[in-house]
Amino acid sequence: MEDLKKTNLYDFHKNNGAKFVPFAGYSMPVQYKNGVISEHLHTRSKAGFFDVSHMGQIKIWSKNNEKEKLIQELERLMPCDLYNLKENRQTYSLLTNSNGGVIDDLMIANKDFYFQLIVNASQKMTDYQHLKDNISQDFNIELEENKSLLAIQGPQSEDILTAINSNIKTMKFMDSIDISLADIDCSISRSGYTGEDGFEISVHNKNILQLVEILFKKSELLPIGLGARDSLRLEAGLCLYGNDLTSDITPVEANLNWVIHKRRRNQSASNIKFLGNTKILNQLEKGPIYLRIGLLPVEKAPMRTGSIIYLDNEGDTEIGIVTSGGFSPTLNKPISMGRIQSEYLEDLEKVYVKVRDKILPAIITKLPFIKTKYKI
Amino acid sequence: MKYTEEHEWLKPEKDIVIVGITEHAAEQLGDLVFVELPNKDLEVKKDQEIVVIESVKAASDILAPLDGVITEINDKIVDDPSIVNSDPLGEGWFFKMKLNNPSELDKLLDKEEYDKLTS
Repeated sequence: MEDLKKTNLYDFHKNNGAKFVPFAGYSMPVQYKNGVISEHLHTRSKAGFFDVSHMGQIKIWSKNNEKEKLIQELERLMPCDLYNLKENRQTYSLLTNSNGGVIDDLMIANKDFYFQLIVNASQKMTDYQHLKDNISQDFNIELEENKSLLAIQGPQSEDILTAINSNIKTMKFMDSIDISLADIDCSISRSGYTGEDGFEISVHNKNILQLVEILFKKSELLPIGLGARDSLRLEAGLCLYGNDLTSDITPVEANLNWVIHKRRRNQSASNIKFLGNTKILNQLEKGPIYLRIGLLPVEKAPMRTGSIIYLDNEGDTEIGIVTSGGFSPTLNKPISMGRIQSEYLEDLEKVYVKVRDKILPAIITKLPFIKTKYKI
Repeated sequence: MKYTEEHEWLKPEKDIVIVGITEHAAEQLGDLVFVELPNKDLEVKKDQEIVVIESVKAASDILAPLDGVITEINDKIVDDPSIVNSDPLGEGWFFKMKLNNPSELDKLLDKEEYDKLTS
């Protein structure tokens, strides 16, 4: 087996009783001593600490200080409006392919002279190559492997960080600023992957252990593994790349129309076109073939990824597939997201899903499953 | 108490045995969120898949440890699967069964052999 990479917090996880699993080439904690459910509930009621250093941090800047040209280059690869993304702000976006599918979903921040992208661990090398292949050599593209990434999520996140630097309090959802925490240089965004208020902190590897020690001092912060990270994001109705988003699923099919910003929907000649724009904008206008929806299983059995969705309880008419599914600790019942042929969706309230040898009912429901707590 | 290589324990009680999963199994599985038990009076063959359990991470099957008939099931763990994690050897039992051939119990692992398997 290929050697797994470790983040700079591997020993920290080990000392906290982590169970490790291979994930995107890294050995990552899936849970700690208390288990997934307790970690999940702790994040929702207090605050959770996530090591997400396996994710990619990519910095892109102009060699000739031509930021406007850089915006043009980036807008050919993503459907977001970077002209109107203010400095020290970030937005959720996608790298699209020429078929309108998604290469990756990401956060892009406008940072003074450069843009910073936070991308999925599993896709970071693909993304890096895609950017290299599609952006002119007048720009530098750096995968910042000398940096770690942490997330603090949950209602106590703001208090934990403001106790270290009170300026944190002024940040709003999707702000992204350079700021120091106890004299350690950080880049902090008010964002996350749990539906809670929270922050993501980018910091040099050399300072990570010191920062972690400061964060845990006098706080009820607990380390949270990938298991609870998945159940938290699922409750918040957020997509997991590889499941709910893939190179064959368009943003419109993924129910992410809002990601295609208004200015980018205009197909006039003067406007920059993004990869796959024809298919994506056509689907925006006429509706997609498939659509991502939420599912609440009526019975107790979780409906997992890959389970087939039917129109009828006999399993005669296949209409879709479960793309994410598991148990919701907050609701104390199973939840799923699926992809359903949209021609069947009108007035459809209930579908049937094959779970092992049974075909069980599930109610189509709005996303997210829980109320999100972003500080907008 | 006897054990199987599939991480079940069997506790003889008069002419029936109580069956559950070991602490080691409960810990490895993580938080259980779903349990489906067989029907009472079901005749089962050794290694037949008769219980489905799902943790937060994945689903797995529990096999019938020996040939016999299910005499009682523990509905409490269906309502609250976390009992299996908190008390796997006690309140978290799965089912009771009457063995076709009680002497087959002798072929299963004793505690020392099971501990060796999981160490």
